[in-house]
Amino acid sequence: MNRSGSAATICLTIDGQRIAVEAGTTVAAALALAGVGSTRMSVSGQPRAALCGMGVCQECRVTIDGRAHALACQTLCREGQIVRTDDSMDMR
Amino acid sequence: MKQQVDTVATGIRRTPDHTMRHHFDIVVVGAGPAGLNAAHAAARTGASVALLDDNPRAGGQIWRQGPGYAPQAPLHNLLTAIGGQANISHWPSTRVIAPLGPRGLLLESAERGGVCITYERLILATGARERLLPFAGWTLPGVTGAGALQALIKGGMPVRGERIVIAGSGPLLIAALATARAAGARVVAVVEQASAFDVARFGASLLAEPGKLRQAVGMTRGFVGLPYWTDSIVEEAHGDGRVERVTIARGSGRKRVTLDCDCDRIACGYGLVPNITLAQALGCAISEAGEIVVDDGQRTSVESVFAAGECTGVGGAELAGVEGEIAGLVASGATGHTALDTQRARWRRFGRRVDTAFALRDAARTPPADTTLLCRCEDVRIGEVREFSSWRDAKLHTRCGMGACQGRICGAAASLYFGWQSAAPRAPFSPAQVGTLMAMNAEPPPGE
Repeated sequence: MNRSGSAATICLTIDGQRIAVEAGTTVAAALALAGVGSTRMSVSGQPRAALCGMGVCQECRVTIDGRAHALACQTLCREGQIVRTDDSMDMR
Repeated sequence: MKQQVDTVATGIRRTPDHTMRHHFDIVVVGAGPAGLNAAHAAARTGASVALLDDNPRAGGQIWRQGPGYAPQAPLHNLLTAIGGQANISHWPSTRVIAPLGPRGLLLESAERGGVCITYERLILATGARERLLPFAGWTLPGVTGAGALQALIKGGMPVRGERIVIAGSGPLLIAALATARAAGARVVAVVEQASAFDVARFGASLLAEPGKLRQAVGMTRGFVGLPYWTDSIVEEAHGDGRVERVTIARGSGRKRVTLDCDCDRIACGYGLVPNITLAQALGCAISEAGEIVVDDGQRTSVESVFAAGECTGVGGAELAGVEGEIAGLVASGATGHTALDTQRARWRRFGRRVDTAFALRDAARTPPADTTLLCRCEDVRIGEVREFSSWRDAKLHTRCGMGACQGRICGAAASLYFGWQSAAPRAPFSPAQVGTLMAMNAEPPPGE
């Protein structure tokens, strides 16, 4: 796999952490790159992360730029995006 | 309901054009091999074509693009051809939310918000999803499907140095193996539920399809030394907050043994299930195997609705491409596709050989322990569900299948274990913003 040195870089923020990724990277991949292990807590309090990778299971849902229930596996990273997982949100 | 409340609270936003209504001669749902070929063929006659897809980039699953995964020849050529066809409108990141009237659809588009679209002809190329069967610990982060692993890696997920167990059934496991290895993962084992005999016989049958054989050889280069365990399944995933270890069961009856492997990921999928939600909602006839029924012209049982590709029966990208082309030609009024018919028959034969070789056997068909979660969205255990006699009863009493995925994951398992058929789906087919639902009733803009 040949990655060109001139591939565009995108900066986004995940749970308050700034991270730089290659253009074309999905938010799901960016979460992994940022070391964020789970996207949400289940009904019974278990940590969950992406399962199906193709927008079916809804486990990878995160809040992007204030909009809830965005599927990380089907969303490309964009410059300046602010991504929040379930853990970091104030759910009260 | 919680997720819907969140969407109401934060999701109402102005779309650039408020409500937009569009009419096209042909609407194609899905931009994988079938949809891309259908759109390209249909547009050659000059018809106006809308090509909708829920992913940000065209290609579907098998031709998934990503950083470091530039389009391969078939996709690249199609995209170039389509790029030159001004009468094709490609709408990525767009989902079908509901049918509208006699020949319309309500869409939610990342770029355009809620959109109403109407068509003369509809081509469903909605593909297939993985059959993700539950096992103890399957909800741990680090457990994914096998095709899912491939998709996530192509989206840029790092796996370098990670120990991965790939499991389930089918040729997709080998494709996932190839992608994982190329990305620097350490694949610890491939755990295949089919028997050694069936896999060997399938391998021998590839001699009839040199192209597939070349593909297989390419993917399995360096196979030597990698455990490929047939007649084996994943029994349990272990770990604290994340996968750390897996228990694998090999053989059956008196020969059954279990063993544990340390690992960082488990990528487990048991074949593919056609995506038929929209087809069902439109009233299309569905086969017992859960495939959209089509005739020689790829027509469904509903007038003006066609279907092509994996949603009519899983058979691979070549079959999907041919079916898509036939659908595009027939839908746009072109005649004569005998050469394509021959190709379709050939690839359908290949698809049947895959089905036969990798048919699910007893171990895979046996439900795991009652304490295992069946419905991940609502955290419903198998034990809670199995006392009911139908999908509907189970849903109403336990909420199994009523969560965010609307039963797409657990429904396949319930169908396999208990023989339950799912009821006709109800709109909205995916979680949708209130603004999108309001678009159904809005007046078209003046001058339309």
